[in-house]
Amino acid sequence: VSVSIALVYPDLLGTYGDSGNATILAQRLRWRGQEAEVVTVLAADSVPAGCDLYVIGGGEDLPQGLAASKLNAGRSLHRAVDNGAVVLAICAGFQIMGEKFVSPGGEPSEGLGLLDCATVPSRAPRAIGEMLVEPSPPWQGHGLGVLTGFENHGAVTELGPGAHPVGEVRLGVGNKDGTVEGAVAGRIWATYMHGPVLARNPHLADLLLSWVVGPLTPLAPLDDSEPDALHAERAQRAFGERRARGPGSRAGRSARWWGKAAGAVRRRGDGAS
Amino acid sequence: VAVGRGLGALSRAAGRGSGSVIGGHAILAIEPAALGVLAAGRQVLLVSGTNGKTTTTKLLASALAAGGTRAGNGHVVTNVQGANMPAGLATALAAGPPGAPAVLEVDEAWLGRVSARALPSVIVLLNLSRDQLDRNNEVRHVAQRWRQACQDAPGAVVVANADDPLVAWAATGAKKVTWVGAGLRWRNDAAGCPECGGPIVFGPGAGAGGPASADAGWRCQECELCRPRPDIWLDTTVAGGRAALSTGEMYPLRLRLPGRCNQANAVMAMAAALGAGVSAAAATDAMTAVDEVAGRYATIELGAVRARLLLAKNPAGWAEVFDMLAPAPTPVVIAINARTADGHDPSWLWDVPFEALKGRPAVATGERGTDMAVRLHYAQVEHELVPDLVAAVRRAGKRGPANSGPHQQVDVVANYTSFHQLLDQLGRAQGAG
Repeated sequence: VSVSIALVYPDLLGTYGDSGNATILAQRLRWRGQEAEVVTVLAADSVPAGCDLYVIGGGEDLPQGLAASKLNAGRSLHRAVDNGAVVLAICAGFQIMGEKFVSPGGEPSEGLGLLDCATVPSRAPRAIGEMLVEPSPPWQGHGLGVLTGFENHGAVTELGPGAHPVGEVRLGVGNKDGTVEGAVAGRIWATYMHGPVLARNPHLADLLLSWVVGPLTPLAPLDDSEPDALHAERAQRAFGERRARGPGSRAGRSARWWGKAAGAVRRRGDGAS
Repeated sequence: VAVGRGLGALSRAAGRGSGSVIGGHAILAIEPAALGVLAAGRQVLLVSGTNGKTTTTKLLASALAAGGTRAGNGHVVTNVQGANMPAGLATALAAGPPGAPAVLEVDEAWLGRVSARALPSVIVLLNLSRDQLDRNNEVRHVAQRWRQACQDAPGAVVVANADDPLVAWAATGAKKVTWVGAGLRWRNDAAGCPECGGPIVFGPGAGAGGPASADAGWRCQECELCRPRPDIWLDTTVAGGRAALSTGEMYPLRLRLPGRCNQANAVMAMAAALGAGVSAAAATDAMTAVDEVAGRYATIELGAVRARLLLAKNPAGWAEVFDMLAPAPTPVVIAINARTADGHDPSWLWDVPFEALKGRPAVATGERGTDMAVRLHYAQVEHELVPDLVAAVRRAGKRGPANSGPHQQVDVVANYTSFHQLLDQLGRAQGAG
């Protein structure tokens, strides 16, 4: 059977190339002999409840509000999540998954309530730049190396006890203040990382796919030399940025992790050559 | 001002670029209101938009030089090198003869501030789409600032693309508008209404009616905003395109520049030129003479390789470039950087349907060539990664069909800073033989 990947409202939430994540997920299945189709759901369409995986991207304030109200009215995404569908939600998509987010006017707006988190306005400068995240222990066991991405958001997100962060921030701002990034609950993976995130982190793509189809064939049949090279290039660049910021910064801490992550990058880099 | 002019000459003499910005910075440091002083006493036309600024500026400047007022004796002050923020504008104005009309391209984010000082008689608004999002954040914020700029310039005629909902919304703030049906191929930034956030539908009959252009009609499903009736539009039903006026007159464009987007730029330029008193015939004749714009569309020979240079720096730009590419199997080089002027986040590469390149050998290059290679990998386009720009062009030449004659034709598509590096490096490689 074909794996169906819904690309939700790319005309509203697709400002930062995040639709590439759907392309990547489908292609990584096809290369392994698994049929896959991307179902593009435009704002004028109704969201199907029966897809295996949903990808929701980043976008601007007005379209974000429109997307949230449409998803809340239709409830298809809620039904899909109840039935065990996997969701990858990015930036504005991440924010609307929570209990509340910021409306274009700056007031609190009702989110989808699928994640235990709340997004509120921030007085800090907009978070823009390269990110490096060390995945939390639960995901490290799934072959997830250091994650690289590019963040670009104004509001900040507080996690409740029902959501687990994707990981600890080593470069960048992440959810709020440079401590943690993203939110995971059940089969929902929410993150501030653009890039798109799955182009830079092929191992994350495979983790999400394994939630849909079970353990994947090891990467052997897949030529990942270029995606791995990109991962190594961006992570190494971020290490350089950390080093340039000096030992006094938050980024300068955690020498133990440093060595580990650098090793992971080297290994991936080796695979690319 | 004399100080700034002197500095410009000095910075040119010192070999630091073309001297276009250093002198301007000095001028503005000494006199912050210098833009207003330098612009005073001349006719000023400003051109802004995400794509097509430089080309439209050049087309409009040519039209004005040929058939404008006699104030400048055929001389038009312009910043065709693309230095389009206040310092670059001040330099251009300081270097030009007093009283000569000025056609200036202005960075989208700076339009309001420049307009408030330079008091233009015409403001040309081409289009708005995602570009350098790490600097501009949201396209709608730019549209909002444009709307304010239009409101604050009651003396200006705003020449606006009626087919772009964000532009049309911004221009409704203006006192006097010339609406142009210039078309809009990339619509993914205009799906939500800039007025109310409601969905916008595109299609014939969805606008305020009036003559059809290439993309006739759009309207918001939830508020009153819809495509205004154009005064002049691009008619693409004839080869090469023509400008159609609501009076019934038609003017074939006969451009040497390729592509639909340049026909659209020419119609925008023509609308502005008509507003500045140039005759339509003089404008079209003058625009025909333009064959390259700051290196764009130029062909550079590198040994046996004949490389045609194209600029595309965002998805809307790429949407127009696919049409201009030589047919498969002509190789294509794609050069990607992510410096400040490009935007630090090249994830827009995933908004471009590079799958359409299948059948053409591709070479990814530039400082972010790896990002491009991964994009082509997933698009399943046969490709190589060659980080060095000149080496990439040479490599592409070897990937073309074997029987292509003495010259190896290659299309090179670069984004902003990689384009400038390419011009520079290809020029030097040519000199070296």
